[in-house]
Amino acid sequence: MTATGGAPPAAALDVMRLREDFPILAMEVRGKPLVYLDNAATSQKPRSVIDALSHYYERENGNIHRGVHYLSERATEQYDRTREAARRFFNAKHAHEIIFTRGATEGINLVAASFGQAFVKAGDEIIISTMEHHSNIVPWQLLCERTGAVLQVIPVTDEGELDLDGYRALLGPRTRLVSVVHVSNALGTINPVAEIIASAHAVGAAVLLDGAQAAAHTAVDVVALDCDFFVCSGHKMLGPTGASVLYGKESWLERMPPYMGGGDMIDHVSFERTTYAGLPARFEAGTPSIGDVVAYRAAFEYLEAVGLDAVAAHEHDLLTYATAQLQDIPGVRLVGTARDKAGVVSFVMDCAHPHDIGTILDGHGIAIRTGHHCAQPLMRRLGLAATARASFYLYNTRDEVDALVRGMHHVREVFA
Amino acid sequence: MDLGALYQDVILDHNRKPRNWGELSHPARHAEGHNPMCGDAITVWVRMGGDVVEDISFTGSGCAISKASASMMTQAVKGKSREEAALVFESFHAMVTGKHDAPAADPTLGKLKVFSGVARFPTRVKCASLAWHAMREAMAAPSDTPSGA
Repeated sequence: MTATGGAPPAAALDVMRLREDFPILAMEVRGKPLVYLDNAATSQKPRSVIDALSHYYERENGNIHRGVHYLSERATEQYDRTREAARRFFNAKHAHEIIFTRGATEGINLVAASFGQAFVKAGDEIIISTMEHHSNIVPWQLLCERTGAVLQVIPVTDEGELDLDGYRALLGPRTRLVSVVHVSNALGTINPVAEIIASAHAVGAAVLLDGAQAAAHTAVDVVALDCDFFVCSGHKMLGPTGASVLYGKESWLERMPPYMGGGDMIDHVSFERTTYAGLPARFEAGTPSIGDVVAYRAAFEYLEAVGLDAVAAHEHDLLTYATAQLQDIPGVRLVGTARDKAGVVSFVMDCAHPHDIGTILDGHGIAIRTGHHCAQPLMRRLGLAATARASFYLYNTRDEVDALVRGMHHVREVFA
Repeated sequence: MDLGALYQDVILDHNRKPRNWGELSHPARHAEGHNPMCGDAITVWVRMGGDVVEDISFTGSGCAISKASASMMTQAVKGKSREEAALVFESFHAMVTGKHDAPAADPTLGKLKVFSGVARFPTRVKCASLAWHAMREAMAAPSDTPSGA
């Protein structure tokens, strides 16, 4: 290795070798090789995650934090190892700042309910943005209905970027919490979250980052970002469905009441007075999705071994390539042209509705997402009902982008 | 997967040039059909002359399947009685959901048989039936207030 000074450049991914780790990528769909470009919806899983899941059920299955027997101890140990893996992955200070949830949606609902109960009163303000997923809109609407707090919305530009002046104008002494998406699932916009967090902290507001798209594709350091809460989606980052992480700063979490009541989250229960467990158990009532959490560790380890900088560089290459190719197809218009974008290309076509594009591409074995991407207010802002969206991950190739482009030419033949 | 079975020429033609497109003026009634999965919305306008569908039209945005289905629906039920229109609805719905035993031999379907391929695309059944549900609701809706009233 030669000394170059500074950070070494991200090594190019050996994508063809990585693809062999993902059994599903070898399959055919509708008689054609699968081209999976719906990674913003869910990622495919490497063999190590699939094996960890079956190994857990074959050799380790027991309920956690309960029994004195071997399997309960074993399951508990494996469950907590994922917590430590998540702590390391996101560079949190303490493992007890990592709360396991079913998904990002549950993490946001937990914060809305629990932070809301402790810190949000009538007349207080919660700020979200126009480009949020419904899961980062509706929990706050519910909180506002319950408390009389006011929901404020950061505008977006025609290019699909947050209007930061508009954001700063909304911040004030009544702002309690800012909850924004790190990377937009619908457009791929990477938001300037460090700046957003610093401005919020300047008025004493906490910040939740919806990292459902970010965590899979870019290195996230919750301490460096100084976010108060961060949620991610395990199944979008190579993990099984049913296991995700909510990170919360200890200083907030220890002052927040439980979200759900039940087993595991208590210290002592009596009909006169129940006391609650400390962190993180207080926020993990009932038997969690243990097997999924255990296998989730294999996903963290896989991403660490590949390196998120290399993943981001590879996706950026695919994004640049796909953007140029798609723009060349007559009648195609890209939606979301922010300066800083992750590997998501959203587009519409003059002669074909996104739904029809999706069906034609499916006939070629190509999986994309079509619709409003659970972001109806954003679609309305952009004057659209729906878009077609291709989203890339570490195992996608330029050849697959070519297949998408060929498919789009077929769409034109059918509808133009 | 035979895409040609879904996107037949007649369907593509109605998608490009929808028939009976636009709002109906008073006296008419209307209802909106909405597909939460894709955000598409089609509004169907009906003017009844006694028991008969005197005129029918549609507006909105949707995919080729939902637009062509709306367009061909308006042609299929115009001039029919309420009861006859309901029978066409039932036959059509049974065909696109794959529950019709012999759509080819069903005289109520007529040209609508081009939608028989939809049954093999479960995710598109909602698109094909969107306007039909809106029609049924429009026929049951109260009359629109005349503009300016």
